[in-house]
Amino acid sequence: MFRFKSMGSTHIPHYKNTAGKPAVIMTDAKEVLLPLSQHIGAPATPIVKVGDEVKVGQKIAEANGFVSSPIYASVSGKVSKIEDYLRPDGRTVAAIRIVSDGLMTRCEEITPPSVSDLEELIVATRDSGLVGLGGAGFPLSVKLEALKKGGIDKIIINGAECEPYITCDTHAMLYESEWIGKGIALLEKFAPDIDQFIIGIEKNKPACIKEMKHIFEGDKKVKVISLPDTYPQGGEKVLIYNTTKRIINEGKLPADVGVLVINVTSLAILAKYAELGEPLVTRCVTFDGSAVAEPKNIIAPIGCSIRELVEFGGGLKCEVGKVLYGGPMMGTAAASLDEPIVKTTGAITILDRKDSLLSEPTACIHCGRCIRSCPLDLSPVAYSKALECESQEEKIAILEKNKIMLCMECGCCSFVCPASRPLVQNNRIAKAEYREHQAAMAKLKK
Amino acid sequence: MEKLIVSSSPHLHGKTTTASIMRDVLIALSPAAISAVVLFGIKALIIISVCVATSVLSEFIFNIIAKRKQTVGDLSAMVTGLLLALSLSTRVSIWHCVVGSVFAIVVVKCLFGGIGCNFANPAVTARVLLLIAFGKVAGGAATNFMSAELVASATPLAVIKDGEGLLPSLTDMLIGNRGGAIGEVCAIALILGFVYLVVRRVITWETPVVFVATVFVLSLIVKQDLTAALYQVLGGGLLLGAIFMATDYVTTPITRSGKAVFAFGCGIITVLIRFWGDYPEGVSFAILFMNILTPYIERLCRNKPIGGVKNEK
Repeated sequence: MFRFKSMGSTHIPHYKNTAGKPAVIMTDAKEVLLPLSQHIGAPATPIVKVGDEVKVGQKIAEANGFVSSPIYASVSGKVSKIEDYLRPDGRTVAAIRIVSDGLMTRCEEITPPSVSDLEELIVATRDSGLVGLGGAGFPLSVKLEALKKGGIDKIIINGAECEPYITCDTHAMLYESEWIGKGIALLEKFAPDIDQFIIGIEKNKPACIKEMKHIFEGDKKVKVISLPDTYPQGGEKVLIYNTTKRIINEGKLPADVGVLVINVTSLAILAKYAELGEPLVTRCVTFDGSAVAEPKNIIAPIGCSIRELVEFGGGLKCEVGKVLYGGPMMGTAAASLDEPIVKTTGAITILDRKDSLLSEPTACIHCGRCIRSCPLDLSPVAYSKALECESQEEKIAILEKNKIMLCMECGCCSFVCPASRPLVQNNRIAKAEYREHQAAMAKLKK
Repeated sequence: MEKLIVSSSPHLHGKTTTASIMRDVLIALSPAAISAVVLFGIKALIIISVCVATSVLSEFIFNIIAKRKQTVGDLSAMVTGLLLALSLSTRVSIWHCVVGSVFAIVVVKCLFGGIGCNFANPAVTARVLLLIAFGKVAGGAATNFMSAELVASATPLAVIKDGEGLLPSLTDMLIGNRGGAIGEVCAIALILGFVYLVVRRVITWETPVVFVATVFVLSLIVKQDLTAALYQVLGGGLLLGAIFMATDYVTTPITRSGKAVFAFGCGIITVLIRFWGDYPEGVSFAILFMNILTPYIERLCRNKPIGGVKNEK
């Protein structure tokens, strides 16, 4: 379908207070908790026991299956416990707790991998423990597998970073730009079929756009695109549409339209791993929000608790309301400050009590703002109405007709609703119900 | 240990609320309200005050009696009262205003479940009720404060329809120096309100533009005369209706394409009533009729999800 406009046009505040400042490095943590599932896919299998001594960068859990990712120790010390960890999304997974000895002894086994073809690059990517660092946590190696099959002509590097507060990708683009350059060079070398690399950056980050253009000057295959500064430019479907005008149909993947989307920070880390062999044990976390005293980017060991990060980052200036993994639009709320930073934690946003209070929903006035704000032209108000249907059949029929499964839960509809109705929240419920129904139908057919 | 609030995302909310939208509508209506007082004098002020006060009070009392959550804070009752007042002529008496406002708020809005639940526009419905029950007292000619010579003259549309009386000049039509309902006569004030609403993104341009354009084009076709078509656009309650009544959220289609269809229908019915009906003016009838058709228009004008594929079954 032809559209005049680019996709995604909701104006939300940016709050990029931490942009353009180099990150501070948190060299140690007293204790880390490393959940075995910090990615989409099967949890990793532990290969250490309680009481084992581990070193920084030592593999402590092995990838289990095709869609999985290994876990590495981020501090040196002793494995104190293998316990159950309740993730903010409600799933319980096993997690390895390591008490640091404070020495941060580096594992001797860390050596650069040998990468001479695409297959080896994929193996290296898998060994690095890299997952989509933008937040989804899809193992990067699985994405790269699509390159083997062919049919991909464009790789899009996601530097949109549309969430308020978060600037860790900005940080990578400004301070790790050579690594991004090396990452693209790697892909250019081992995936020669790719015609074009597109780096999509929201136009509110002119310094990043300039730096990227500078790094890739003279490289005809690389194109830096300035995206509108409206939310959600970093959403995969939105990014693909706004950079290539390609539309991903229901149930399809970016690879089906010949594109691959890689987060800009992930790419930098991949390049680092290929050259140095350093697995993913630290990450840049934006520490910001209305309750934070001194907003900053922190390079923290994965697995350290939010509490330690807060103490290191200069503490809070007022009472805590909400602690979010990620930004305020799509981030999940943590139940306690003792929860760990994981691979996909791009930011810890801490809001004060005032900003955390939920406003009471009032009656829908049918204003249509939710519909106009939806990047995919869905009808959030229709899903909420469908949920009120008593007949299950009718409910599913409405959800089906209005294509509930296309919803990417960006939250625009809830953000703009003047009646503060929980629209995207209802969409999640509707999606779950629809999925359940589909599963039941599939069972019946069997 | 600190107690954290846990909820599902998003954790950030826009500043627009129902009350802020209604406040914007009130601001957009203020030029028309001011022009009403300037043109029609103290009587217009009394009509506006009575309608607004009665509307707000009846919603307040209804909510207390029905044990509903108080909703007067969302300012929607105020908008309804003001809109109704602006669509009445100075010939109405105070009790007409009271009856109209109570009917609009209690019968048309609150009995259907309050804000967001009514199927017809309260102000329009109340105006139609007054028009049918009390004839030309409510909708017809009025004394214009500014022009002594136009005392008790008929409205321009009635003049055109009956072929009797004096037609004001087009400039007079623009500034409001003519007979009619107190808020509908000053075209400039209404257009000012339209611009404000579009700039503040309270309404989209489709409804008013399509409504007015339909009336204009059809009049041009029927009358074969540009001036006559312009009189149709500026006369009667077209601008007030197209800008403020046909854009009511609750009672009109939600999608932009639906709004265009709605406005097109309004335009056709308005022209039909004006040229071939018994009444000189048909805007409120047209809006009311299209309000009833809204659910069907909505069914036809759904948004097409991007990336949606038809299921083969």
